[in-house]
Amino acid sequence: MMSLVRSGAVVGRSDGKLARAINVSRRYGDVLALDNLNLDVPAGQLLGLLGPNGAGKSTLVNLFTGVRRPSSGRVELCGGDPRDPASRRALGVTPQETGLPASLRVGEVVDFVRAHYPDPLGRAELLDRFGLSDLVKRQTGGLSGGQKRRVAVALAFVGRPRIVFLDEPTTGLDVEARRALWDGVRAFHADGGTVVLTSHYLEEIEALAERVVVIGGGRVLADDTVDAVRGLVAIRRVSLSSAVPLPDLPGLVGTERDGDRLHLLTPDADGLVRDLVAKDVPFTDLEVRPTSLEEAFLTLTASLTRSPTGSAR
Amino acid sequence: MTTLTLTHARFQLLETVRIPIALIGSAFFPAASMLFFVVPFTGGDPVYATFATASMVIFAVMTTNLFQYGIGVAEDRQQPWDPFTRTLPAGPGPRFAGRILAGLVLMTVSLLPVVLIAALFTEATISAPAFLAAVGAVIAAAVPFTLMGLGIGYALPSKAAIVVAQLLFFPLAFGGGLMTAPGSAPGFVEDLAPYLPTGGAVRLMWAAVGDFPPDVSSLTALVGWTIALAAFAVWAYRRDEGRRFS
Repeated sequence: MMSLVRSGAVVGRSDGKLARAINVSRRYGDVLALDNLNLDVPAGQLLGLLGPNGAGKSTLVNLFTGVRRPSSGRVELCGGDPRDPASRRALGVTPQETGLPASLRVGEVVDFVRAHYPDPLGRAELLDRFGLSDLVKRQTGGLSGGQKRRVAVALAFVGRPRIVFLDEPTTGLDVEARRALWDGVRAFHADGGTVVLTSHYLEEIEALAERVVVIGGGRVLADDTVDAVRGLVAIRRVSLSSAVPLPDLPGLVGTERDGDRLHLLTPDADGLVRDLVAKDVPFTDLEVRPTSLEEAFLTLTASLTRSPTGSAR
Repeated sequence: MTTLTLTHARFQLLETVRIPIALIGSAFFPAASMLFFVVPFTGGDPVYATFATASMVIFAVMTTNLFQYGIGVAEDRQQPWDPFTRTLPAGPGPRFAGRILAGLVLMTVSLLPVVLIAALFTEATISAPAFLAAVGAVIAAAVPFTLMGLGIGYALPSKAAIVVAQLLFFPLAFGGGLMTAPGSAPGFVEDLAPYLPTGGAVRLMWAAVGDFPPDVSSLTALVGWTIALAAFAVWAYRRDEGRRFS
């Protein structure tokens, strides 16, 4: 299989770090989207960026890809300022699939992007690699959502990048197309390519990433292996009604009251239930449910901003 | 000029040509005005026909630039494709230059029917040196209207840009004396016209094609408009960059 990575890649000045954010803050008027954030992306890493909507993921990606500039702090891409076009020669980015120029054909869009790079992949080769060869003559406006998504992802690889930023790459794809795309990302990574993947889906990050960074409130809340972060966000919701106030319970990360119902958030539901029984709490209507990733993020955001742990910065 | 500029121009043109009604629209207005307002009334008078054709050329220059930049830029700014192109390893130069180049091509396309109709159906005449002077006048006249269109396109969202372009084009055309022969507009128009960008442009054009005395104050006003509209376009472009991409 033809390599998508430029061979003989020279690593920039930054000691093998392809992308760095150093004490970066970004404001939009009164809103602080990124709050003194630090992040290094070493060459060859497959990094997953997780976080709820509005956490600052897109802002961070926009800073790394040169679309926006930080309010303070420094951002580096391949050892230079991402706002300098030369720093972006080894960068690949997925456009939003809704943004492809509707009246242009797939082949034309690929040619347009190719014209910007010094040593792009051949058009046929790229389309073949992403299973798009049949669509070359089709106008992008007439493609299905999944086809547009695949074209958008393919465009990130046109310039034989060393680092790609994939934003929600498989949203709207069926299972088969998603697996095929994951295989493509893995192959790129196996060849030495660096990937920054943003997603709402823990499943996607679990399938691909070696390292996971959780962003919330404009800061890095957790930066760890997939397993460790899965443990952090695997929060259960234990709901019950009780006539008496609850005693102190270890391991709670959050409590919500809804009428006479109490919702207790904990990483260890079994331990919590044992404690409730051991302490003779008179409860009724016990329910244990997994939380959504969104809820887990909110809990993580709340608990880590209150008491930063070792892994959070 | 770089290959990348040509690539951008080619894609701009492709996008326009794929929706041919846009192209027909910009060529139709001036051509139809020629057929309905000039051809039937010029009779056998070559001087009047030449001046009227010159007016319609300026009319076409104004409408194509005002609409294609005003509306085209405003619409492009709303597409997520625009930020994506900023992640490609090129500065804003080629995209901007490509847009202007494509704009010149489309303007030429909308001028061709006007000139053809004048040559085939009227007594309009022009000598070779005067034709060259007219080409120069068209280029000089295109600059302020290009800047006006760019300023509107970068300053406003597309729905507002469409309305503003439409509100501007008729008063500019009428007030500048484009609808009438030299010296035969209503009095207030004759007083006002030399100081509007359309009036200044058409006077330059009349001076190029026929026996019309160049008017220094009108020319000065045109230069003033060009500078003011350049400042407006630069302001709108920077403001847009600062809002969306700072």
